[in-house]
Amino acid sequence: MSDGRISRARVTFTVILAIIFAVLPLPEPIDAARPDLLLLLVIYWSLSAPRIAGLLFAWFCGLAIDVLKGIILGQHALAFLVVAYFTHKFQLRIRIFPLSQQTLTVFAFLFLYQFILWWLDGIIGQAVTTWMRWLPVISGAILWPILVAGLDTWNRRNR
Amino acid sequence: MVTLSSDSRNIIGRGPPLGAGLFFLGLVSVGIMMLDQRSNYLDTVRQWLGAAAAPVYAVVQTPGQAWEWLTGSFADRTRLRTENAELSEQLREARVKLLQFDSLREENVRLRAVREASAGVGGRTMIAEIMRVDVDPFRHRVRINKGSDDGVFKNQPVLDAFGIVGQVVQVDKYSSTIILISDSGHAIPVQVNRNGIRSIAVGAGDLGKLSLPYLTVESDVKTGDLLVSSGLDGIFPAGYPVATVSKVERNPADTFALVEAKPLAQLDRDREVLLLWADPPSQVEAPAAKPAKPAATESKPAAETSSATPAPATPSAAPREAAETPPPGTQPLPQSQPPQD
Repeated sequence: MSDGRISRARVTFTVILAIIFAVLPLPEPIDAARPDLLLLLVIYWSLSAPRIAGLLFAWFCGLAIDVLKGIILGQHALAFLVVAYFTHKFQLRIRIFPLSQQTLTVFAFLFLYQFILWWLDGIIGQAVTTWMRWLPVISGAILWPILVAGLDTWNRRNR
Repeated sequence: MVTLSSDSRNIIGRGPPLGAGLFFLGLVSVGIMMLDQRSNYLDTVRQWLGAAAAPVYAVVQTPGQAWEWLTGSFADRTRLRTENAELSEQLREARVKLLQFDSLREENVRLRAVREASAGVGGRTMIAEIMRVDVDPFRHRVRINKGSDDGVFKNQPVLDAFGIVGQVVQVDKYSSTIILISDSGHAIPVQVNRNGIRSIAVGAGDLGKLSLPYLTVESDVKTGDLLVSSGLDGIFPAGYPVATVSKVERNPADTFALVEAKPLAQLDRDREVLLLWADPPSQVEAPAAKPAKPAATESKPAAETSSATPAPATPSAAPREAAETPPPGTQPLPQSQPPQD
């Protein structure tokens, strides 16, 4: 089962690593700025292997985060789903963007993701209002070029 | 730029349209969220999903556990010795305190029987270890390594050696999440130990601070007062230490005083916590129903007395007592209503 040259095993492997990263204890100061690596991977694979990484894939990734860190089931799943939808919708355009423009788009997606989470938090009555909650948006956008460079190199080498 | 492979989504005839997928999965998410928030249909599902996450936790915790094992096995002799000496010293102190404990407990049970108080003391505890996994940096929640397989239940009180830590909010099969009393979404009914004034201690999102927003300017609270749980919520048993009052500011123009308290439990340093199974209130009330009888002063009278009175088979003393008191089946239990949360 492969989508062009990208195998399903590779996607699974990166997703497992990202899930572990999501619950890995980090030291206090950078803990709040932990980037949403799993979401970045969902965006990346939605762009480069859209047949493997569809909406259902994104939804299940979000559900995994819900189980590990969420307050209610379905919250992160919905946020992942919306981001994946927009990624798929503009997939052909985003993947030929220059890296700077792509990073800006990803920044917008990450912001959308955090906004949905924040909004749902408010609906269930447990809003987190500190500004630190938006730090993962910035750290994720910074991580994006590095992630793309790394994964692209890996994909090209193991063709 | 993301690698351009030749595998872009076909324009026609490949899978359901995107919008339909978004609509369907979005509907499922919203449905799950509503079910999970408003009812407990999904509790079993969550338990099993949490069990599926157990390998992830195992992987995340391995480095920390390995490090602990290493430092533990290569600890030098002198340190072990000093630690040993310290521990035996503490044990001796604890023994001396324990000497009084038995007599105090007897007395306490007797006094409670006299007062017909409903609150029980004591209960079963179990030690749980706090797992080294991140839950949410903005919420005071931690994960412990005991779950529904160990009998943990939702809203179970959690203590440490110094006071109340929090309560269980979510139970998986092998682990569970607890919310600390300092979380901004948590509140615990407390009582000033000195004079019995009741209030509510609300978490302030800060590990070293609770706020008591409902104490009026005139209320008699001083810095250093001990706050104990009042047990009115039906979750935390009464009488466990919660915090000491650290700041009282009274502005005569306001209705409420600004009162802050410092939690006694070492919320930021604990590695182990105690899960508490409190005695169910009805068992403790059984002796309280018959105040003046000496049987009520026995240290564990609940089961014996309640089982002895309904069947007056013993010929000599029991029938007379049963004649004096109304038959137990019709006897209304005083204050047997547990407080609703």
